Amino acid sequence: MANNNTDQNKLTALDEQAVQYIAVGAAVLGTGGGGDPHIGKLMALEAIRKYGPVRLVRPEELEDDSLVVPLSMIGAPTVMNEKIPSIEQMTQPLDLIEKELGRKVSAVMPIEVGGGNSLVPVIAAAERGIPILDADAMGRAFPESQMVTFYLDGIDCSPITMADERGNGVLMHAIDGVWEERMARALTIQMGGSASICDYPVSGAQVKKSAVPHTLTLAYEIGKTLFESKEQKQNPIEALLKQLHGYALFNGKAVDIRRRTEGGFTRGEAVFEGTDAEKGRTMRLYFQNEFLLATEDGRSLAVTPDLISLLDQDTGMPITTENLKYGARVTAVGFPCDPRWRTPKGLETVGPKYFGYDIPYVPIEELAAGKGGNL
Amino acid sequence: MPWTMMNNEETYRIGIDVGGTNTDAALLDSKLDTIHTVKVHTTRDVNEGIVESIRRLLAESGVNPARVQYAMLGTTHCTNAIVERKHLGKVGLIRIGAPATTSVPPLADWDDTLKAAVGPHAYVARGGYEYDGRTIVELDEAEIKDYLARMKGEVEAVAVCGVFSPVNASQEKRVAELAKEILGEGMPVTLSHEIGSIGILERENASLLNGALLNVIAGVVRGFEQALQSFGIDAGVYICQNDGTLMRSEYALRYPILTIACGPTNSIRGAAHLSGLNNALVVDIGGTTTDIGVLAQGFPRQSSAAVEIGGVRTNFRMPDILSIGIGGGTIVRAGGAGETVTVGPDSVGYELLKRGRIFGGDTLTATDVAVKLGRYEWDGARTEGLDASVCRQADEIITRDIEDAIDRMKTSAEDVDVILVGGGSILVPDKLQGVARIVRPDHYDAANAIGAALGEVSGETERIYSLDEMTYEEAMADAKNHAVEQAVLAGADRATVQIVLSEDIPLAYMPGNALLVKVKAAGRL
Repeated sequence: MANNNTDQNKLTALDEQAVQYIAVGAAVLGTGGGGDPHIGKLMALEAIRKYGPVRLVRPEELEDDSLVVPLSMIGAPTVMNEKIPSIEQMTQPLDLIEKELGRKVSAVMPIEVGGGNSLVPVIAAAERGIPILDADAMGRAFPESQMVTFYLDGIDCSPITMADERGNGVLMHAIDGVWEERMARALTIQMGGSASICDYPVSGAQVKKSAVPHTLTLAYEIGKTLFESKEQKQNPIEALLKQLHGYALFNGKAVDIRRRTEGGFTRGEAVFEGTDAEKGRTMRLYFQNEFLLATEDGRSLAVTPDLISLLDQDTGMPITTENLKYGARVTAVGFPCDPRWRTPKGLETVGPKYFGYDIPYVPIEELAAGKGGNL
Repeated sequence: MPWTMMNNEETYRIGIDVGGTNTDAALLDSKLDTIHTVKVHTTRDVNEGIVESIRRLLAESGVNPARVQYAMLGTTHCTNAIVERKHLGKVGLIRIGAPATTSVPPLADWDDTLKAAVGPHAYVARGGYEYDGRTIVELDEAEIKDYLARMKGEVEAVAVCGVFSPVNASQEKRVAELAKEILGEGMPVTLSHEIGSIGILERENASLLNGALLNVIAGVVRGFEQALQSFGIDAGVYICQNDGTLMRSEYALRYPILTIACGPTNSIRGAAHLSGLNNALVVDIGGTTTDIGVLAQGFPRQSSAAVEIGGVRTNFRMPDILSIGIGGGTIVRAGGAGETVTVGPDSVGYELLKRGRIFGGDTLTATDVAVKLGRYEWDGARTEGLDASVCRQADEIITRDIEDAIDRMKTSAEDVDVILVGGGSILVPDKLQGVARIVRPDHYDAANAIGAALGEVSGETERIYSLDEMTYEEAMADAKNHAVEQAVLAGADRATVQIVLSEDIPLAYMPGNALLVKVKAAGRL
């Protein structure tokens, strides 16, 4: 296979190899949730085999008045793994947006780079012959539609379009992201538990101001590091931390895991005991689909919206909240979120209080320097 | 001898486990006590090893072949066929999925050699159901007939896989009827809802592989039956599944994929039987590796992750096994001035009796260490000249690695019971960290063959129920009934069938109180 990414090592197109890397990187950025990128990966690989590599465009390369549309899947990952989307379903929401706005889409983008939705727009880009944008609206994974940087900047989420595999298409106008979440979720149920959706159609100018830039490249780099370390039998975690400006929070093993399903989300906590040099330490990790809070001895180690990932100590491969098992040897890593999540509105939307943890948010850089974080 | 006395004579069963290196065989009586075991090398023509093991079992025990009532076989034939891409049959696939599923075609993640072995006839036809059993679109029978007609003369089996068929199997069954109509009554048809659970690509892959293995399993069953007949054994023939239960040979002829990886499972079942324990970790130490599995309610704990076979992702049940590179033949090295001792991961394997130091060979192995430390007595062992300090260091590493692996497989922090089986289990000291009790049963080195001989047969079901339409109790009762019927179909005596596993999972993001229920039932022959 020709390498389409020789241009000064800068990722300029998504080929089969890039898709393999991004799928792993997206799982790291999924911070334990976000769904398995497996089906999205297979869809993207199939489209690339058929149409060739998909061009990657950077936010700074966009015309200010160009139209960029996020495309993702909404619903239960279990359903999507059984009722895989149709090809038409992945472009129909774009058709509906174009019809409503009376103009062509210049590029598609993932709404979230963490987990399964990272590669969903690739198939539409390949079919349409348009580029995919090297950016998303989270820089990680979150569970609800309004948890996007576009929402923080007051960008209209409408028009919103959805499609199922039968050919049903929906055009919606919602007054805000919270109402979008309610209505889209109800429609998804009628559409059989899984649907494609475009929301927050944005201009090039809005992308430059409000999107989280270069996150597909970041996912690619993470995946590349993990694959190459595996081939060279090296420990990838050091390299990964450098890439992510991250911090190793804890080395240990899972000794207790409690999960429960509440309101459609997997909530719970896991306890880890330190191993080797860290014997005697105990970390608690709280999750709701994603890992949201890590604590030790009544002190925060990392707090949402900063990212917390669990990596296999040997391979560096990410571990999800669903696959975490007693005895797993892990390194917990934390890294800073996009600065927009640290604004008052950002914290109101995705901070610890929104998820029901009554603790203050302290940036991971300060926690790592030993400042604050007492609960 | 009067016939009344004949009827009071003891009856027996034979269990055989064909592994990569050894073929083990065990003879059990009607109380399931072990009478005799033998171990022979697995031959290139696997059937030769099977014949030899039966011959020795009968000759050495002196049991009358006419009194052997059941014969069970666990084998790696099917795994080998997939891994080596040999003897696989051509399969025609009909996925009932369009308009859904078209973004990922069948065989998308298969490599070219396996694709070529199974053949080019894969079609996506209109049809499929929602998670609650509602029809997405009806079958287009003309379309199905067209695809089947194209397969004529070019396939040896047909596989059918429909969207949400584990919830509603009607369309798959209709396609099976059409396949028989067009390709003949004798055409074998694999329906995916009988093979795997939710997750269409994995289930489709497993169904295709099942179809491709039909010839392989037919050869295995025929060879086994002929071998038994040649010794005058007229027994019920059963084949081992990977979940630790048996299926009748007629059933195995239809579901060969269920035999994949039955070896570790047989060891776990055998260990359970020999020790009398129902909940424990089973540590099976062979010549090259240590396999650790979890015995829960008498059955192996299943793996929750997707399982790859020959590079293909499937989702049918497999035991959750952790393997580490420590066995009786594992090579121990003491390096240079620093005296650093390393253990493995390479092994002298079956050459242990030639190359091990205590046997006069030139290679220090884990077995030499165990004998030097007095853990096991071997007549004529040459322990003089073995460096005691090196042995102690090696032993520390071996013990620590095994303790670490045991800890990884535990499900809670409490100490567990450990059952030690396999020829290499002499390596392990009598105390291990995190372990409450170490049990070393009799016949520990034939636990796999004994596991094969144990006569439980099972059936299972996995369905999604909507609790808006029925109560939780009704849903569980329906699933349990279905599992019991499956067990009876597989050969279980209805009176002995019990529910051995029952779990329900509320589905995230799903409406109408959707509940995924998995139930498994098992009973005696």
